[in-house]
Amino acid sequence: MGKILVLLEQRNGQIKKASFEAAKAGSDFANKLGSDVVGLVIGNEVGDIEKTGNYGVPKVVHLKNTELENYSASAYTKIVADFIKAESVDIVLIPNTSLGKDLAPRIAVRVDAGLAMDCLDFEFEGNDIVATRPVYAGKALIDVKVSSDKKVFSIRPNVYPAGEPSGSPAEVDVKPAADIDLSSRVVELKKSEGKLDVAEAEIIVSGGRGMKGPEHFNLVEDLADSLGAAVGASRAVVDAGWRPHSEQVGQTGKTVQPNLYIALGISGAIQHLAGMRSSKYIVAVNKDKDAPIFQVADYGITGDVFEVVPALIEEIKKLKSE
Amino acid sequence: MKIAVCVSHVPDTATKVNVGAEGKSIDPNGVTYVVNPYDEFAIEEALKTKEKIGDGEVVAISVGPDANKETIRKALAMGVDSGVLLKDDQFRDSASVAKALAEEIKALGAELVFFGKQAVDYDNSVVGQMTAEYLGYNCISVVVDFKLDDRKVTCEREIEGGKEIVSTTLPVVITTQKGLNDPRYASLKGIMAAKRKTIEEKQPAAAENKVEIIKMKKPASKQPGKVLGSDATVVPELVRLLREEAKVI
Ligand SMILES: Cc1cc2nc3c(=O)[nH]c(=O)nc-3n(C[C@H](O)[C@H](O)[C@H](O)COP(=O)(O)OP(=O)(O)OC[C@H]3O[C@@H](n4cnc5c(N)ncnc54)[C@H](O)[C@@H]3O)c2cc1C
Ligand SMILES: Nc1ncnc2c1ncn2[C@@H]1O[C@H](COP(=O)(O)O)[C@@H](O)[C@H]1O
Repeated sequence: MGKILVLLEQRNGQIKKASFEAAKAGSDFANKLGSDVVGLVIGNEVGDIEKTGNYGVPKVVHLKNTELENYSASAYTKIVADFIKAESVDIVLIPNTSLGKDLAPRIAVRVDAGLAMDCLDFEFEGNDIVATRPVYAGKALIDVKVSSDKKVFSIRPNVYPAGEPSGSPAEVDVKPAADIDLSSRVVELKKSEGKLDVAEAEIIVSGGRGMKGPEHFNLVEDLADSLGAAVGASRAVVDAGWRPHSEQVGQTGKTVQPNLYIALGISGAIQHLAGMRSSKYIVAVNKDKDAPIFQVADYGITGDVFEVVPALIEEIKKLKSE
Repeated sequence: MKIAVCVSHVPDTATKVNVGAEGKSIDPNGVTYVVNPYDEFAIEEALKTKEKIGDGEVVAISVGPDANKETIRKALAMGVDSGVLLKDDQFRDSASVAKALAEEIKALGAELVFFGKQAVDYDNSVVGQMTAEYLGYNCISVVVDFKLDDRKVTCEREIEGGKEIVSTTLPVVITTQKGLNDPRYASLKGIMAAKRKTIEEKQPAAAENKVEIIKMKKPASKQPGKVLGSDATVVPELVRLLREEAKVI
């Protein structure tokens, strides 16, 4: 059995949280399969790499180059494929982020590996691995068996339990990344000002057509701010131009799985539910007691958002100031 | 210039998913199939690009059973010039689909290829990138802005909390995201014209699946919870529950 490789994603020189979940998965794989796990970071200056050790990956290679501050699909594919060959890696684990989704399929083809995306959980059957992953935006799950020698799995963020950090820091081996292929590269990064993305947030506050107009979304934003949450939206309000598409939750928006999802004035159409129903806790505020959103809500209030939301903001602020 | 657009035929997003009798895929009873929603952006961008260049040919390709012709037909009605069905009734994993597409694209000599960012059935988001890799093409995924200047390609792609501006050159595979364009409707004239356009049926490259679906299941169904009340007076109770019972705030 070859090594297990965990690809650690960095953005702006910081290791992303989903990478630590992948690290923990890598360490679990190593224990199950009796093999070694190694981490790989590609970038320029990157902080906190040694923390990976606290999630069970004792050794990390940092391939460094000033040209690799931002992502480059061509450079990353080549670097990872070369690493897989040089280090006899059999299994690659990647967080299922926008970077992971772009990269995992390219690596899988380059090294002739079987691929399963967006995995939630794994089972081991000798040399085969069975991964569970959502399909139809989470309306169903499938178990897929990957039986090729080399395997690539991407892991859905915020699902695989990373556990509390423990143990010793990782040994980090910094090496120059040479020979990089920059035939496609990120030339500029445009950050949406200080906003948290629904795909990465632990709490999401979403507004729907029940908010009555874009001018009332300050209520949604204020509640989100009080909770440190991201703002989400239904497609109806995105199509109406009240909110940007990057906030759309649902089958043709983002599939999210936060700890808490608060739906304000959202009816809960099947396409919306598909994107958020596996949130750990769901709160719904809707005037219509028969709205389908209540079928999935843990806590519901069948009232007017314009009355309930200001009270909720007030109450959360009170709690946070205690 | 030849432009290829790869299209998949998927259950409508309003579908209530039930597991079929063999336990590995959905029960097709009562399911309506449509053009994959993201592929409409791919078709639109291919047509727009051809119009901008002022000449060229757009070819729609799909891998799958006969039924996929419906989706190809829809692409033709929107204005695509011709279609190819790489006919296969058996399950193919994403890499086998990509391999079949890559061979056809190579035979066509298309240097610009559009895909949707994701098929809303299996939600893999990989076939475009895999096809690019088989072809040795550059690839930019999840694109919301596409510019072609001679052979130079500049795109905006959506990422968490922002956008990346990516620069590359032809030949290239682009996977499209909502926001890129507004797909046109097929006009009556387009629908009539589509009837006279050809859909060529071909044998795809042999499939070698590395991934096999062994079981489909429904996720644990969520029990509806408590309705706490109908006005703001229950807000303190809600906050208490979120803090003490759910422990999420
Ligand atoms: C191909 C396709 C893909 C789709 N993809 C998505 C997707 O990804 N995401 C998505 O969200 N949708 C998607 N949809 C659209 C979906 O079918 C619904 O139309 C949409 O989710 C409805 O948005 P809504 O709940 O905001 O609006 P509505 O359905 O209009 O609901 C508004 C709700 O607000 C309540 N309300 C009104 N006033 C108040 C008030 N003062 N206080 C409290 N409650 C109030 C009403 O009771 C109602 O339940 C898709 C549809 C199609 C066809
Ligand atoms: N069977 C297929 N035939 C042609 N194109 C496909 C097929 N499956 C997927 N695609 C294309 O690949 C994109 C991504 O699909 P997927 O990787 O399956 O999510 C889709 O939006 C289509 O453009």
